[in-house]
Amino acid sequence: MAGTATPVSARPTIKPTLWQRLPLVSHLRQSIGLQRGMLVVGMVITAVIVFAAILAPVIAPYGFAESRVDGVQFGRQQPPSAEHIWGTTVGGYDVFSRVIWGAQTALLVVIISVLLSIFAGVVLGLVSGYLGGWLDRILVVIADAIYPFPTLLIAIVVSIVLTGGESSLWGGVLAAAVAVTVVFIPQYFRVIRSEVVRLKAEAFVESAQVIGSSTARIMFLHVLRNSTRTLPLIVTLNASEAILTLAGLGFLGFGIQPTAAAEWGYDLNRALSDTASGIWWTGVFPGISIVLLGLGLTLVGESINDIADPRLRTRKRPTKGVPA
Amino acid sequence: MSTVVDIRNLDVTFATDAGNVTAVNDVSLTVSPGEILAIVGESGSGKSVTAKTILGLLPDTAMTSGAVLLSDRHGAGAHDVVQLTGDRLREVRGRDVAMVFQEPSTALNPVYTVGWQIAEGIRAHEKISKRAAKARAVDILRRVGIPEPEKRVDYYPHQFSGGQKQRVVIAMALVLDPGLIVADEPTTALDVTVQAEILDLLRRCRDEFGTAIVLITHNMGVVADLADRVAVMYQSRLVEQADVRTLFTAPREEYTRNLLASVPKLGAGKAAAPVVSDRMRDRQPDHADPTPVVEARDLRIIYPGRLGSPAFNAVQGVNLRIHQGEVLGLVGESGSGKTTIGRAIAGLTPVTGGSLTVLGREMLGIRQRDFRGARSEIGFVFQDPATSFNPRMTIAECVAEPLIVHGRARDAAAAKPRVHELLEAVQLPRTFGERFPHELSGGQRQRASLARSLALEPRLLIADEPTSALDVSVQARVLELFAELQREFGFAALFISHDLAVVDLLADRIAVLYQGKLVEEGSGSAVLGSPQHPYTKRLLASLPVPDPVEQERRREELRSLRAAE
Repeated sequence: MAGTATPVSARPTIKPTLWQRLPLVSHLRQSIGLQRGMLVVGMVITAVIVFAAILAPVIAPYGFAESRVDGVQFGRQQPPSAEHIWGTTVGGYDVFSRVIWGAQTALLVVIISVLLSIFAGVVLGLVSGYLGGWLDRILVVIADAIYPFPTLLIAIVVSIVLTGGESSLWGGVLAAAVAVTVVFIPQYFRVIRSEVVRLKAEAFVESAQVIGSSTARIMFLHVLRNSTRTLPLIVTLNASEAILTLAGLGFLGFGIQPTAAAEWGYDLNRALSDTASGIWWTGVFPGISIVLLGLGLTLVGESINDIADPRLRTRKRPTKGVPA
Repeated sequence: MSTVVDIRNLDVTFATDAGNVTAVNDVSLTVSPGEILAIVGESGSGKSVTAKTILGLLPDTAMTSGAVLLSDRHGAGAHDVVQLTGDRLREVRGRDVAMVFQEPSTALNPVYTVGWQIAEGIRAHEKISKRAAKARAVDILRRVGIPEPEKRVDYYPHQFSGGQKQRVVIAMALVLDPGLIVADEPTTALDVTVQAEILDLLRRCRDEFGTAIVLITHNMGVVADLADRVAVMYQSRLVEQADVRTLFTAPREEYTRNLLASVPKLGAGKAAAPVVSDRMRDRQPDHADPTPVVEARDLRIIYPGRLGSPAFNAVQGVNLRIHQGEVLGLVGESGSGKTTIGRAIAGLTPVTGGSLTVLGREMLGIRQRDFRGARSEIGFVFQDPATSFNPRMTIAECVAEPLIVHGRARDAAAAKPRVHELLEAVQLPRTFGERFPHELSGGQRQRASLARSLALEPRLLIADEPTSALDVSVQARVLELFAELQREFGFAALFISHDLAVVDLLADRIAVLYQGKLVEEGSGSAVLGSPQHPYTKRLLASLPVPDPVEQERRREELRSLRAAE
């Protein structure tokens, strides 16, 4: 045809705003039905816990290491009452306050570990995948070597190396975060590397080479910007794994001392002996918190995965006709 | 019942993220027994979807209304495929209607022998012993022209060439003797010489087996060669339906006329036209400098083999020259080394032997760093415009890239005036600069790609099959633009293509590559008018022309040429 018109440009397309293109928001806009339900539930659970963490000083009636008020001891293992709505622990702390403060510790670990592992993993994956050669081979071997180790085992080793056994708030949080980071770096590394290796063969990378762009420019401008699509998914899934690792560390006694910060895993560990004597409140509440935060993040991650994949995403059916 | 398939008022709608998209709108078609119906149209016109409906092959997101009445092989009755599901649908597939896919290398399962795959189809419909099924597989392979079928029935797909694989796929479709075969672009992935053989085979399917064929294609030459009747689709509607001779001689609709006019015709190009030779003569004094832009002497490029397998000689001793301001057309089938030569000139593939001089630089053993300076003088247009743009950057940013990289502009904002100029030069509206590559159509993207390659006003442009991913109508437009820009900027160009007619339109000289060797080189009229090498002769004769009468004559010519070999 002599004309230049095409059907693509003829249809007016409404461009989504920046806000609507943000990872979670865009996913929510695309979803319907059960997938939307899962995503919303996950986001609500996560949001509630995030608010609890941010507003902990306002919500929690007591400090995380407070065991007396006006010189009067709370008493140990008190059942839920008006003063202590979720009871008190064996150490004489208020369970409700410690659960709320615990959300802070948990989210802090999640954020630090995810940030650390994203940066390290992405840079390593990018360099390794794009440059290739001996550097790539060595990094892949190291990543593969870390893979088969049980997460918790590495986490324990790292936390002992970092803190030497003593555990302040930052010491404990960093130990847990770094431990989780070490385990997650290979995951980010692998995902980014495989994306980069795929993108390296794409024509637009070659066209940048033909133009004469420098290697660094190609790597960061052309390759990196196109290889981050799967990141929101791994971030959410890893975040829930980070929670479990932190709780596991605390439960095994490698966590944070109760005077330094509140930590759900540690409280669970202390509540172990209570279960035999029918004291349920010391264990149930921190336990539920761990499950909820893990569940919330996993739900978000899983639904992002399904929605981002056009083959798994459910869509509204056209109204007329017979399904093919 | 006198039809094999009767499509009545078919509507197909897809649910997508952007809402419902109508792919097929009120299409009615019939195919008689033993008839070959070609459905033509550009990509997105709904031709493939229409054909897939006949087999009930649409995805879950599609909603269909209307009827597709498919008659039984024995003519005993008809089923409405649209209403069939599950086992009933499976019964119809293969027995009443079969499919031949576009890409034979992906349509076959690589881990089973071809005999097993053919037998699989038989055993899905009939209770038959393994031995009997294999005997039938051997028989059908012989009938589609596979040599030594007794032995090759146990071969795996990778042991066949592309054309033979397509023969196997056709054998699979024929084995149950269906009344109808749906062939979706059956020759698009094949070389021209192989395409002619497959078209012959499809014609024999009809003559010997009495099978009706629905042929989906965008190649008007293929239509002229094979079809009895043609249905033209445009924007999900059927715009015209006619007997093949009527359609080519007296197209009724405007769209069909445009479609036919935009098909490049052999011999009509500038290489053959006297005007061009004048232009060539005019140009000589301007370019007194005799040094060619590109000179290859005994050029050899070897791809190292993997452990245990021998190295692959992609280019074996090629001599060629591209002078300033000259367009050299490089033609050859897939695997002939034409893309490798283009990539070597652009410095993307290392040269392993002989000598290749590009803009005064010897490419044998050159380091990337030393070549970077020369890159500003070379433009490259890639085959697939969809992948050659960074999807996260706007068109303006992409076009500005070369300017920024070579320090002509500090950032995208500073490059804006020049980018606007370039977009105008390739006839794209300025506002397109703000769009992302996926928001442009294929032809628009390829024009943006031209703009990018011309940003630095290169002395040499390498175009690697720049139009083979485009629709015919769009291709004509891009080729015209290419010629205009070449006249205006006067760059030398290497134009790589498998399509002789396209090269004929643009090139001053044509070089023909065959299995890594240059078999023929000369002016367009010399190469196309009186080809010397047998391969060039065969290539020319295999090219189907969009004219049924003329094509019939050429078919006879090709047959005698083959017999002579």
